[in-house]
Amino acid sequence: MKFTLSWLRDHLDTSASIEDLADKLSSIGLEVESIDDPGAKLKNFTIARVLEAKRHPNADRLQVCKLDIGGGTVEVVCGAPNARTGMIGVFAPIGSYIPGTKITLEAKPVRGVVSGGMLLSERELQLSDNHEGVIDLPEAFAKKIGQRYVDSLGMGDPVLDVKITPNRPDCTGVRGIARDLAAAGLGKLKPDQKITGVEGSYDCPIDIKLEFSQDTRDACPCFSGRYLRDVSNSEAPEWMKQRLKAVGLRPINALVDVTNYISLDRGRPLHVYDADKLKGAIRARMGKKGERFAGLDGKVHGVDDTMCVIADDKAVLGLGGILGGEDTGVTADTKNVLIECAYFDPLRTAATGRKAGIQSDARYRFERGVDPGYVIPGLDFATEMMLKIVGGTPSKARVAGAPPVSRKVIQFNFGLVEKLAGIAIPQTQARETLEALGFLVDGKDATAKVTAPSWRPDIEGSADLVEEIVRIAALDTVPSAAMPRTAGVARPVLTEPQRRVRRARRVLAGRGLVEAVTWSFIERGTAVAFGGGQDMLEIANPISSEMSSMRPSLLPGLLSALSRNHNRGFTDAGLFEVGQCYRGDAPNDQFVSASAVRAGSTDIQGSGRHWDGTPGDAGLFQAKSDAFALLSDLGFDVSKAQISREVPAWFHPGRAAALKLGPKTTLAYFGEIHPQVLHSVGLSGTVAACEVYLDALPSKRKAAGRGSFESLALLPVKRDFAFVVDAQVAAADIAKAAAAADKSLIADVSVFDVFEGEAVGKGKKSLALEVTLQPREKTLTDAEIDAVAARIITQVEKATGAKIRG
Amino acid sequence: MANDTDIASLEKALLSEIDSASDLDAIERLRISTLGKKGRVSELMARLGTLPSEQRKAFGQSVNQLKERVTEALEARKSQLSRDAMSARVASEWADVTLPVRLGPLQDGRIHPISQVWDEIVEIFGDMGFSVAEGPDIESDDLNFTKLNIPPEHPARQDHDTFYFKPKADGSRLLLRTHTSPVQIRTMLSQKPPIRIIVPGRVYRIDSDATHTPMFHQVEGLVIDEHTHLGHLKWCLEEFCKAFFEVPDLKMRFRASHFPFTEPSMEVDLDASAIGKPGQWLEILGSGMVHPNVIRNCGLDPEKYQGFAFGMGLDRITMLKYGIPDLRDMFSADLRWLKHFGFLPLDVPTLAGGLSS
Repeated sequence: MKFTLSWLRDHLDTSASIEDLADKLSSIGLEVESIDDPGAKLKNFTIARVLEAKRHPNADRLQVCKLDIGGGTVEVVCGAPNARTGMIGVFAPIGSYIPGTKITLEAKPVRGVVSGGMLLSERELQLSDNHEGVIDLPEAFAKKIGQRYVDSLGMGDPVLDVKITPNRPDCTGVRGIARDLAAAGLGKLKPDQKITGVEGSYDCPIDIKLEFSQDTRDACPCFSGRYLRDVSNSEAPEWMKQRLKAVGLRPINALVDVTNYISLDRGRPLHVYDADKLKGAIRARMGKKGERFAGLDGKVHGVDDTMCVIADDKAVLGLGGILGGEDTGVTADTKNVLIECAYFDPLRTAATGRKAGIQSDARYRFERGVDPGYVIPGLDFATEMMLKIVGGTPSKARVAGAPPVSRKVIQFNFGLVEKLAGIAIPQTQARETLEALGFLVDGKDATAKVTAPSWRPDIEGSADLVEEIVRIAALDTVPSAAMPRTAGVARPVLTEPQRRVRRARRVLAGRGLVEAVTWSFIERGTAVAFGGGQDMLEIANPISSEMSSMRPSLLPGLLSALSRNHNRGFTDAGLFEVGQCYRGDAPNDQFVSASAVRAGSTDIQGSGRHWDGTPGDAGLFQAKSDAFALLSDLGFDVSKAQISREVPAWFHPGRAAALKLGPKTTLAYFGEIHPQVLHSVGLSGTVAACEVYLDALPSKRKAAGRGSFESLALLPVKRDFAFVVDAQVAAADIAKAAAAADKSLIADVSVFDVFEGEAVGKGKKSLALEVTLQPREKTLTDAEIDAVAARIITQVEKATGAKIRG
Repeated sequence: MANDTDIASLEKALLSEIDSASDLDAIERLRISTLGKKGRVSELMARLGTLPSEQRKAFGQSVNQLKERVTEALEARKSQLSRDAMSARVASEWADVTLPVRLGPLQDGRIHPISQVWDEIVEIFGDMGFSVAEGPDIESDDLNFTKLNIPPEHPARQDHDTFYFKPKADGSRLLLRTHTSPVQIRTMLSQKPPIRIIVPGRVYRIDSDATHTPMFHQVEGLVIDEHTHLGHLKWCLEEFCKAFFEVPDLKMRFRASHFPFTEPSMEVDLDASAIGKPGQWLEILGSGMVHPNVIRNCGLDPEKYQGFAFGMGLDRITMLKYGIPDLRDMFSADLRWLKHFGFLPLDVPTLAGGLSS
């Protein structure tokens, strides 16, 4: 909502500066988005008279001028030849910034005489290139001595742009804004002029009808009109055109300009029809499918039966409250007009506007709710202004229906201000605020009957009145009050799943991975490739097809990030994300995954080539390490879970696995991404990836204690075994068989070497185990150790078909 | 016949040999050839029995003294040679100390600024007794709008350019939440006051330009009890901002505004001196007293319960605090950017240790 300062002053008697007005507007909820003040840079310069000009004592070419600056005198040094006694000029005080020379004036002596400012040329004010001498104003300016020069230039009317929140239809007109400012103490609202003498002597020759069914009649409960005969629709007066242009509207012709002007001045949209182009009666009714009209926006619009239209006997003319029609619009040649002032339902107007895709000044106001109490007064106001400008003879007003004026009545307890807002505002002040805003306050007690003005459809209850009182008193005055604390030390607030997410991030970052935050939506084809892409997860109005499917996994986003980084030259990289994914559209279909990817030469020690060892290309075992480390760190004993080779299609079938807890719960997938999938995201080589489903993890034990610690006195004994076995036999099975040989004695079995090659035969591998025996009561004898070793060999050979290497 | 002169000359010879021994092996050989069973000193001792008894004592003492001195000399020479050998080895063991080393994963890894700031926020509000509530991204129209006092076709819905899913068989449409406020509703529907929660999360609006991304993050706060008023809200936000921006004092400006779900509503500006840029006001959040309709929509009595809510852009305050210029970079996963603006894994913010120190 744009308006000029002088326009505001039409309604508000104020001496406040533009800055104070703007600050107050922002403070009370009418946020000033910009002030465009073409004269702002000239505001410090005032009109002054040269009382005496005399030669500078130390310089032939300079004069010392004694100036009357209005309410005082000042001496300035001046080099202009035209400065002379009696002249009227423009004065710049010390401290002011001269736009033409980009200098801020300082008080310093000029050849021994301290200049108290300067007289200005037009070039110094950037008004023209003229620098022949200082500005020499005509004698008519004598009565403006001391006033701002910029005001005489017609550049002193700054434009304010105010953001109107959807609850304030009254402030879509300058008068409403003035009312708020007056209530806030920045001036007095000027009384509204009483309109008389606009009611004509003849009946409006055009019939106005409301043709609605019972359930659509609220679409347009009131339609008033007046006929103006014999108008001469030329141009609007200069002042009106000036204001319209200042706020960004193009003047069209006098009648249209008046409707636009009143829309801005009063928040009251109107329409004028060329009466000679109307066929029969005019009516508001619901549209019919297939009907169309040519709008004033130059486009043809179709309508349907949810939309309120204005029509004559023949055709739809426009959309009520949104857009008028081209065919019946007024032109410079128009002789007779019908002025429309109607009330359209906010919700239906909004729905229609959205459906038709039309933004208009009328819609902006009707969908917020124009003042239903200003239908007939608005018609009169428009008539009067039009009569003044285009002449003509008015008819009697014709009114179909009645405006839906319903003024909310609230039993208001003034104590609620302090209860809700925490500020004690005297009841008299609260009452004055409400009254200044147009509320009626009935009753002198702590509880009063408060009636909202017709222009405030947003007022529903007591909380709204508290807001009115507090915002006008200024929220900055509300004293801050400490919230009560629970006694003692603050307690932990995070739930276990929240702590897991938080810890997972630090663990993965602590493994050298870099956290990314990628989009929740991805391209549908990719979503399908990762097990998603269901219809229910498809956004109907995506910003682009690349961002249309809710992600089933974090991997697509991470892989695409790897690919982008690869293209920037970062080929050895590890990324992770901890975030939400979607199995379906129900709340519990959303789950949290912690996923990591590594590409190129990277492992936990670092990335890329290094003299002290360059990591190989990240693969299955980096992924497994990331996943297992994360799970362990989250307190989960990975030995309790089962490794399954069943993996989703986006993983390499031979080089990936799932970690499961029972047949139904998958805790994680880890391994290498299927090369076909890599290819589709523009990557090659191998990419190690893991996904850990944080929600699937069992809850951790609560106790903080660590259990008892057993310090064993006897030294452990280590023995190595090498087996040759079929290559596809799982190392875990071999280790498990070895461990089972003596559960009380064998403390650990670790795999320290795996070798495949000709030496062990085709399709075979050699697997070396280190078995740790932990004696508990006495040192083991060689015979005892040999016996365990023999059992280990037997067990492993029996369980896996392995042969001990000789 | 051995006598003192023999012993002296033997000692002289032996000490000289020891002194000239050039390595540890030579010392060992000398030890054996002198002090060993058949060594020269041992042989002297063997003669003891051949001496007249009156000489035995003196001779024995002399040989023992010789043995002690030779032993001592051997040990001294041995330790000297050991030191020499060590010095020689160390002298030969040279490495280029300027070769670079890996700094390890704790220096390589990074936490995204949004995660870091989220952890900071939890620290601050956790201390003030707020717990963390969460809700789904895919929401119903009812929870995202209607229960928040934004009825269908309300103009406020236009401020939320909403992503919708395809209509269901019954005509209803799910949407991507446009703010974290539906979690207020979920919380009030499922939990009795007093309530103090903060809600972090992703939110979505159809918006994509230099300062908007279709996905961004908000953090929401909600307090519901029987006494909390606007003054508490101001205090809470002031304390939060001081703690978050880590300044002892700052200026804030509270402006009236409108949000359908709060009444009274206010927008809050921060004097940018807090981030070292004096002379500007920064709009940082919207807030207000929870609208009675919202409280009522959650099955609570607005005559009894009241409280405040606020919402701010997590990305925005992250950018302000850490001088991040462009929102879009947050989601571009550019390693260079992440390395520059990201945080080390052990940069865990705590109130005791400081949020960013």
